[in-house]
Amino acid sequence: MKPQTVSEADLHAYLDGELPEGRRADVEAYLAAQPAAAERLKAYRSQRDALRQHFDRVVDEPLPARLRQLAEAPGVAVDREKPPLLARWSVQRIAAGLVIALLGGVAGWLGHGQYQGSERVAQMTPLARQAAIAHVVYSPDVRRPVEVTADQEDQLVKWLSKRLGTAINPPKLGALGYELIGGRLLPGNTGPVAQFMYHDGSGQRLTLYVSTENTVSHDTGFRFSREGPVNVFYWVDGKFGYALSAGIDKGELARVATAVYDQLEHK
Amino acid sequence: MDSAALLGELPRLRRYARALVRDRAAADDLVQDTLERAWSRSAQWRPGGDLRAWLFGIMHNLRIDQLRRPELATLPIADDDLEVPIRATQSDRLEVGDLEAALAGLPEEQRAVLLLVALEEMRYEQVAHALGIPIGTVMSRLARGRERLRLILEGSVPSAKLRVVR
Repeated sequence: MKPQTVSEADLHAYLDGELPEGRRADVEAYLAAQPAAAERLKAYRSQRDALRQHFDRVVDEPLPARLRQLAEAPGVAVDREKPPLLARWSVQRIAAGLVIALLGGVAGWLGHGQYQGSERVAQMTPLARQAAIAHVVYSPDVRRPVEVTADQEDQLVKWLSKRLGTAINPPKLGALGYELIGGRLLPGNTGPVAQFMYHDGSGQRLTLYVSTENTVSHDTGFRFSREGPVNVFYWVDGKFGYALSAGIDKGELARVATAVYDQLEHK
Repeated sequence: MDSAALLGELPRLRRYARALVRDRAAADDLVQDTLERAWSRSAQWRPGGDLRAWLFGIMHNLRIDQLRRPELATLPIADDDLEVPIRATQSDRLEVGDLEAALAGLPEEQRAVLLLVALEEMRYEQVAHALGIPIGTVMSRLARGRERLRLILEGSVPSAKLRVVR
């Protein structure tokens, strides 16, 4: 009997023991004649072995008590090590905490204003912290997250550039799935700063905070900071300080920050 | 639902969750949510059914909910898992952590199928049942997942997380 053709699915089924007994010989004949396919199958088999070897240790770990209890006795209240997600109220509470911290800083500044140079002030409310505060305050805002929306981008750019005293353009992050919502002007340590807000298809918001009041003489590379529920990447480029904030995981934020950095570098 | 049987499935649920989401605490939270939901839906459980597929199915649905949740990410961030901004060097050999990083480079749907088949040794039919997808979809995701993982491990394609999009 002429061997039947062997499909990609057959190869996987062969590896996984899902192929009917009568067809195994077909696959084996095929593999003998097709070294490239045999090589690929070998790679898949070592993937499987590597996965098992790597993750089998989890099976041998002692079960966490909370899980064992829950499996044995339903309905028993089990303390979580941490809540699975931050509810909105807790975000607001953290926001309030940050605002209070900021107000404390401002009060301190007003009290000691006569002694301070601008560097002390910048130290008092670091870039990442300022950006995180602005993020938690404005990004949950449903009705008016920005002052000028992206459909008036030209005006937005003109306005912010004028107020900041330098040309400033929001980077385009469409390729990463983030669209510009718009921007607003905020008070910084010594003058105005700009905030651009983006969101993705799921509504996840991300803000880029641009300050022009950097007085530190040297540029910095990427810095990372975690401010409550907000992750922030920030860097200094000449007089510009940039901070990208969002409640998304660090790796994903890094990816966006890299794109922002590249665009600003090559503008 | 039998608590001894449930307890017996726990180590595998934990292993799968760990491989799926990487982070240990987040993985155990997912297992915990799965157990809670399993108990709350135990009325839907038919004795004699496939407990493993049922539990993995619950976990899958919870995970989908998690991924769709628009608010804050729940995974704690470890400082050492950051790869930024550019990773230029690639070593030839498979190193510790490479496998996990490579897995993370697969789309979630492919990773789930690959892990259920290769790691959890579930039959295609069980996977289809657990994930609520046709068996043909299981097989195509499996094939694509395996091939992509092979290419990532070979260094032929960067894993999605490391790619810089301009």
